[in-house]
Amino acid sequence: MIEIRNLCKTYSVGDGKVQALKQVSLSIPDGDIFGIIGMSGAGKSTLVRCINYLEPPTSGTVEIDGRDLSKLSSVELRGVRREVTMIFQGFNLLLQRTCLKNVCFPLELSGVKKAEAQKRGRELLKLVGLESKADAYPAQLSGGQQQRVAIARALATRPKVLLCDEATSALDPTTTHSILELIRDINRELGITVIVITHQMSVVESICRHVAILDEGEVVEQGEVSEVFSAPKSPAAKRLMFPMGSEEETVRKEHTIRLFFDGTKAGSPLISRMAIEKGIEANIISASTRTLEGKPAGVMLLSIPGGEQALKDALEYLGQEPGVLAEEVAP
Amino acid sequence: MSELFSSEVLSEAWEIIYSEFPLALWETLYVTLLASFFSFLIGLPLGVLLVAGEKDGVMPLPASVMKILGAAVNLLRSVPFLILMILVFPLTRLIMGTVVGTAASIVPLVIAAFPFVARLAESSLRETNPNIIEMAQSMGASPIQVIVKVMIPESVPSLISNATIAITTILGYSAMSGIIGGGGLGKIAINYGYYRYKYLVMLLAVVLLVVLVQLFQSVGSTLTVKFDKRLKNK
Repeated sequence: MIEIRNLCKTYSVGDGKVQALKQVSLSIPDGDIFGIIGMSGAGKSTLVRCINYLEPPTSGTVEIDGRDLSKLSSVELRGVRREVTMIFQGFNLLLQRTCLKNVCFPLELSGVKKAEAQKRGRELLKLVGLESKADAYPAQLSGGQQQRVAIARALATRPKVLLCDEATSALDPTTTHSILELIRDINRELGITVIVITHQMSVVESICRHVAILDEGEVVEQGEVSEVFSAPKSPAAKRLMFPMGSEEETVRKEHTIRLFFDGTKAGSPLISRMAIEKGIEANIISASTRTLEGKPAGVMLLSIPGGEQALKDALEYLGQEPGVLAEEVAP
Repeated sequence: MSELFSSEVLSEAWEIIYSEFPLALWETLYVTLLASFFSFLIGLPLGVLLVAGEKDGVMPLPASVMKILGAAVNLLRSVPFLILMILVFPLTRLIMGTVVGTAASIVPLVIAAFPFVARLAESSLRETNPNIIEMAQSMGASPIQVIVKVMIPESVPSLISNATIAITTILGYSAMSGIIGGGGLGKIAINYGYYRYKYLVMLLAVVLLVVLVQLFQSVGSTLTVKFDKRLKNK
């Protein structure tokens, strides 16, 4: 269990100060895959570096399994870092070492005997599907393969927590998919808690159970992925879901309704039924479905040309449908 | 020109080359290699300190210590070698018992070269990717481990390349020590060429020095490439 309470991080830049994190509180249960999503500059990287105290926070606490990291000596912190390991956007492999020796690196740091370390290293390379590359150098591998080696390395010390800092941001979609599958398998099979830092919705959707949305250093929304993404409340969440610019701007002239629907329940032709039964016309401006934890969830944007009354009636009619959430988009 | 290559001059030059060059070559080699060895011994750790000891380094040292180190290195680097050789006479006498001779010239050579080696090592180590250092820290590496297991091994190609520069520079300095009684090809060039106007001998000594530099450089370049695992298709 990772418990983050009221975490603040302030940097001094020249004469001024930049608040990278403002009162961040999160609790991350054991065995979870927890996503922290935000735009660039939202403070994600700072937050993840506070979790293993690579960057000590300005105030607030980080507790891992009940141990307050601020109370640990630097030697004890190094011990914690063997339990909370990390993979990076740039892979950060040692370029002058073979893959096997890269995987053995953390074991070497903690003084494990060479023969034993190499045995474990080979096991891990097998786990990530790269046993044939043990003696190759990182420069000879593709980006996806390098990240697999980095994952094997991060698992070498049998950590409890794996921090993924934009781990797939430098990879193409297919490779991203396979790396995410690997991370999910590791979470399932080894029971390792995974914290995923990303700016990509698709990453959170495909593997995370819980998510926190970080915006300008603050957690603006958090909860189960399906809940947060099927009914985003904060502007930051909406921005992430509609990255092409808020749809509000395109339809200012008419009253607009946003519908969130649960794909498993919404089977009936709701919009046309509304037109027939209530005589309310609706234009579909945009619609999309996403799969969240295996369940389809949809978002639809309707414009209602009939004025105030039609809008009110439509909201009422749509709102009573099970599995549907209707809200007016503020003009 | 005809005078330079007259049969008399040629036979005299051959006589000198035959009797003096083997020893001179040997002296130049051993002075260069020993002086390089001791310069690396002092310069490399100093270079590590200059990088690791910085405020944002992996093993920050007090700012005053860093200032003194930096100033000392700059001071030694700015004294011309010819003058430095004379300045360190007392130290040379203390260590070697004499200030004249081939072995004695190693002391001023080391004093002149180690600050240079330290700066070269510093620039090599500074090239280490900061993200890789962060990776090592995130895996629980101590400052010493970051230095020994990450910064130095990752900079090996650059360190070899800079060591080559250092050795060829020390070779050049060793020739200069002929002025104050150091041995080697430099002494031959000065004694016969400058004091006795035997230009042919001087020319040959210089050619040999050039060949030595070329040799060191090509060995260094080959090793640099051989040790660089960042290069694909090898």
